[in-house]
Amino acid sequence: MTAILEAHALGMRYGRRDALADCTLNLPPGHVVGLVGPNGAGKSTLLKLACGMLNPTSGSISVLGDTPGSGAGQLARVGFLAQDAPVYGNLSVADHLRLGAHLNPRWDQGFAQRRIAALELDPSQKAGKLSGGQRAQLALTVAAGKKPELLILDEPVASLDPLARREFLRHLMESVAENGTSVILSSHLISDLERVCDYLIVLVSSHVRLAGEVDHVMAAHHRIVCTRRDPGALPPGLDVVSAEHTDRQSTFVVCADAPLPAGDWAAESLSMEDLVLTYLEATEPGARSAAQASETASNMEAGR
Amino acid sequence: MIEFHLDPRSGVSPYLQIVQQVRQALLLGLLSEGDQLPTVKQVVAKVAINPNTVLKAYRELEHEGLVAAKPGVGTFVTRTLGQASLTDHEPLRLDLVAWLERARAAGLTEAGIEALFQSTFRTTAEEER
Repeated sequence: MTAILEAHALGMRYGRRDALADCTLNLPPGHVVGLVGPNGAGKSTLLKLACGMLNPTSGSISVLGDTPGSGAGQLARVGFLAQDAPVYGNLSVADHLRLGAHLNPRWDQGFAQRRIAALELDPSQKAGKLSGGQRAQLALTVAAGKKPELLILDEPVASLDPLARREFLRHLMESVAENGTSVILSSHLISDLERVCDYLIVLVSSHVRLAGEVDHVMAAHHRIVCTRRDPGALPPGLDVVSAEHTDRQSTFVVCADAPLPAGDWAAESLSMEDLVLTYLEATEPGARSAAQASETASNMEAGR
Repeated sequence: MIEFHLDPRSGVSPYLQIVQQVRQALLLGLLSEGDQLPTVKQVVAKVAINPNTVLKAYRELEHEGLVAAKPGVGTFVTRTLGQASLTDHEPLRLDLVAWLERARAAGLTEAGIEALFQSTFRTTAEEER
């Protein structure tokens, strides 16, 4: 089956700044892919490249086997929901569905109407008068109503309250179950990603640091606590992601393809949140400004 | 029909939580032979999880011989765990009470008892595998 997204050495440069560099990915179909990383890491750039709103400055990208945005056929197969779920404030809910029907060859009016009814939205209501959660649901309904094979969502739940967030994800997962849609979704809220994603990408300072099936990634990473030693003193085959030392103790996070060999240490598995944070911290010790770090921390905090 | 819930803090993967909740419902007699499990769509609409996770959990239960999928209809319970094991509960519980009394008499604290139970449970579970 065709990959959702295939990228080879993909790069995007704005002037002298790399927004995305050397990005190589192969996302298998039928997955819900979670994209995490600090603000400014390149998440939105990658998503915009995937839906053809940007052209790469280096490397190549194909989505569902075709160049993103390469024609009406390709556009119909990919749905995109930009940050903050934009809707037309002066148009009514019903107008949005009419617009969707006019602009999309594969539009499913029955699906869209059922969804609006399930959300108990008044079709004559102006979108500008809806709550944040309702606006996001309307935008999702329009994006899903075009029956895309791939739905790309850029931080769709960032501004929603916990209840609206859960409802949004419920409807998103329902669409996935009903239509077999693949999804790529960026978020700071790791607890949400843990529920809905089965593929994880960690993006830090324009580079992909980790990409893989969630089950595989979670099984491959371990936290090892032992008497103080160099990472070199660990058995071969362990990829050390992070190392912390006190005067007598060392704590490593390691990645191992094979089961962990027995040793004179305590090993435990990591939560997805700890795993992601390890990669974020290990990548750039001290390089990120304190302001950025605290902003990320508070975003992560909000996900609890 | 039963409903699932997810505990994000349990450290147990979502698919295993579903497997465990079905087993528990069987043990408690909430589910018995012939009952239907919620469809994948019903579960994701309620719990907001990845449909593949639910499918994986149902496959695991099928593999254990507890449920069977009828294509186009749904997933049904094929075995009852409840009655037989419930009658075993009382003597096991009495054994446990006696053991706990011995452990306390030997000076173990609550935390000590829990740690001993957990580590023994884990070792024997690994040996069985």
